[in-house]
Amino acid sequence: MSTHRRVWYPYASPFDPCPPIKAKTYSTPPNLFLGFQPPNLEQFTPMQALRTGTLWKVFYDPWYSPYEAPREDDHS
Amino acid sequence: MWLYEKKLQYPVKVSTCNPMLAKFLVEQYGGADGELAAALRYLNQRYTIPDKVIGLLTDIGTEEFAHLEMIATMIYKLTKDATPEQMKQAGLDAHYANHDSALFYHNAAGVPWTASYIAAKGDPIADLYEDIAAEEKARATYQWIINMSDDPDLNDGLRYLREREIIHSQRFREAVEILKDEQGKKRVF
Repeated sequence: MSTHRRVWYPYASPFDPCPPIKAKTYSTPPNLFLGFQPPNLEQFTPMQALRTGTLWKVFYDPWYSPYEAPREDDHS
Repeated sequence: MWLYEKKLQYPVKVSTCNPMLAKFLVEQYGGADGELAAALRYLNQRYTIPDKVIGLLTDIGTEEFAHLEMIATMIYKLTKDATPEQMKQAGLDAHYANHDSALFYHNAAGVPWTASYIAAKGDPIADLYEDIAAEEKARATYQWIINMSDDPDLNDGLRYLREREIIHSQRFREAVEILKDEQGKKRVF
């Protein structure tokens, strides 16, 4: 799992009507941590950049459904 | 003025006939945090923002229209060949009754788009913080749609759009830093 995913454990009552989801996750994408972008960061190749949606490797943080398997050609 | 390039920013491919996905995708078309709201929000705010960040709002606002076009293409492909019966099964019966398979600016629950979704406070920090929040909300919306979609090709396009939200948020955050640094600072080059 991406390092930009955080997990927390909500309280589950023994009397909850549905089976509890014990761990919940949320996304904390890289833009939260960098401040102003520093110079000379590592780049994708132009073709990779067009596919991923960013030139900068540090900002690449793709989201996959937990019900979907990642594909081989993803650069995560 | 704008120059139009007659192609999508990222290729849109839909591989499964699942009109219900169109019902979810329309949230990004005419929803409060959708691409239309984003484009109009930024392109309107840019008149009263310090000139160092006008260009950023112009660029991102313009790109939002490119995203709107991608979402529209996805919705169109998912619904153009749907029979009335399929529209009913997809939960799009109310949409069909009003619009046939035409696209319309409303959210996933059918609420029409309204200008009160967007704000222009005239305060540069307030406006940029609104823009950052809008990008993060759009990013989250893409996550929830990807979670509900089982179409790998569609998800590929949605992942691209979500990545762009991350980049836009980053650039708005940098714009805030530029405006913070500007006052009372002597810069020697």
